[in-house]
Amino acid sequence: MKRVSVDAVSAYFGAHKAVEDVSMVIEPARVTALIGPSGCGKSTLIRTINRLHEVVPGARIEGTVHLDEIDIYGESIDPVLVRRQIGMVFQRPNPFPTMSIYDNVASGLRLNRVKNKDTLDSAVERSLKLAGLWDEVSSRLNNPGGGLSGGQQQRLCIARAIAVEPAVLLMDEPCSALDPISTLKIEDLIHELKERYTIVIVTHNMQQAARVSDVTAFFTIAGAGEPGRLIEMDETSKIFTNPGDERTEAYVTGRFG
Amino acid sequence: MPKGKAKEVARAETSSLALQLSKKRRITGDAIFANLNRASGIAVIALLIAMIWFVLSEATPSLRHYGIFSFFHTRWAPSEASLASSSPNPYGIVQFIYGTAIVSIIAMVISVPVGVGVALFISEVCPKKLKKTLTTLTELLAAVPSVVYGFWGIAVLVPALRPAAGFMENTLAKIPGVGGFFEGPFFGFSILAASVVLSIMVLPTVIAISREVFSTVPRDHREAAIALGGTRWEVIRTAVLPYSRSGVVGASFLGLGRALGETIAVTMVIGNSVLGISWSILGQGATLASVIANEFTEANQPFHIESLFVAGFALMILTLVVNVIARVIVARMGAATGRAS
Ligand SMILES: Nc1ncnc2c1ncn2[C@@H]1O[C@H](COP(=O)(O)OP(=O)(O)OP(=O)(O)O)[C@@H](O)[C@H]1O
Ligand SMILES: [Mg+2]
Repeated sequence: MKRVSVDAVSAYFGAHKAVEDVSMVIEPARVTALIGPSGCGKSTLIRTINRLHEVVPGARIEGTVHLDEIDIYGESIDPVLVRRQIGMVFQRPNPFPTMSIYDNVASGLRLNRVKNKDTLDSAVERSLKLAGLWDEVSSRLNNPGGGLSGGQQQRLCIARAIAVEPAVLLMDEPCSALDPISTLKIEDLIHELKERYTIVIVTHNMQQAARVSDVTAFFTIAGAGEPGRLIEMDETSKIFTNPGDERTEAYVTGRFG
Repeated sequence: MPKGKAKEVARAETSSLALQLSKKRRITGDAIFANLNRASGIAVIALLIAMIWFVLSEATPSLRHYGIFSFFHTRWAPSEASLASSSPNPYGIVQFIYGTAIVSIIAMVISVPVGVGVALFISEVCPKKLKKTLTTLTELLAAVPSVVYGFWGIAVLVPALRPAAGFMENTLAKIPGVGGFFEGPFFGFSILAASVVLSIMVLPTVIAISREVFSTVPRDHREAAIALGGTRWEVIRTAVLPYSRSGVVGASFLGLGRALGETIAVTMVIGNSVLGISWSILGQGATLASVIANEFTEANQPFHIESLFVAGFALMILTLVVNVIARVIVARMGAATGRAS
């Protein structure tokens, strides 16, 4: 479990500045929710934390991100190894479709050179149980991951992300493609995972942010073509009942965005 | 408004709504398209059947005279043919079938890994600027006429293969079991030379289709592998290749389809030995296509032309079979991975 410190980060796609000057500290063992209107740069910001932003051609950032005291954008740092410390769950479920359920969950471990069958077996079982998927798939671990329902696929992706026991878990709208029941299952899961991981979740669903997070950060954009900015970040209860900025209040009460 | 008129208006409205929703509206457009589709489908099949029919009917006199099964041996000696006698059949074609198969197989063994590798390099690794140049270059490779490859084979490849052939004779030929495939002597024109020329000729097909296939891998899958901490190669292995498997197999078979029928360049370098099978790839041989190209214009022996048509018929069947197998494999893989392709 590690603390993530984002310091004066601006993120660009070519000449377009998508996020401007964001500084925030994400505490371990807490769930931090990122909320804000569409296009305000939530996904872009979360992707700077595992250095996924830079794989988009022409994309770059200014500022720094620290994982505890390590500058992950430092000269000597290998982005591949950074990503092995930081798991990510995407908006759309993206299991490897031809790989079996077992291999999907084991894929991260295999990338980390884990070869021992017993270690893999127990990690797969533990991760699938944590993700609440074990009962549904334990009898067909060798079937392809692409054959599951959307909600099951997303829980498979969560299992895949947590199988490597990352220090930080990033979730970009993990429930937006799911039905209410799958959504509740994943929210329960987030509660359980909180004790072990630093969790950052992007969500458009205010109730979800209120239900699952301890801290909420509100982002917005001034207008089309403008970069997204962090408006305020505070205890979730405070953001939803007594926010410091009127833009936040307008957004969380549904009068904006 | 009088009662009667209101009713009429109402009826007119419903009828126009009925018209809007009527099946006919959609059907006219759809029907034209469906019929066009069907017509062109039928035309293609008819054309194929006509071709097979033509080749078969040209081959019939020879098939009648000698009997179908008498063609299954490995000696082709037109000068021994006579109108009077039908036995033994001097027109054996098995060595050509073998030649076609071995040349195509070796060509694929070389060009599939190289082609997939080049396609991976172009689509996954190389910088954007180089990408365009490389793509154009591989496309130009496809535009070079077959006969030029043949010349290149004679002038450049055959001399260049000498040291490789020497190596095979001295080392590989001593391996028990498979040594026979690498025995000398090597005269330059050979099955090996034909295979290498062919592998270069099918390379553009394999590269172009593989590249196309790799570009269809969804960004989601790539990013999933990157986010798990995959290196470039690991991303290729976990996200790109599995997703592309059926497409790459399809690309290989399309290349094979081209290899089976390729004629001029092969004829120029394979040595055109028609009197038997050379098991060694350093030896000379002939393919179904090369013997036809080589002898068609001067076929003056009894049943000579007709027997060349027998070879042509065998080539058609072989090509058809390979295409059907390819389709079955690709369809199976597509079904297994849950996507059509
Ligand atoms: N691959 C890309 N190339 C260019 N611009 C991009 C790319 N991805 C995002 N952007 C731009 O960056 C800005 C922020 O986008 P981002 O996806 O981070 O927003 P978001 O807050 O996650 O929105 P949403 O809630 O809709 O997911 C937008 O203006 C978007 O157009
Ligand atoms: Mg987003």
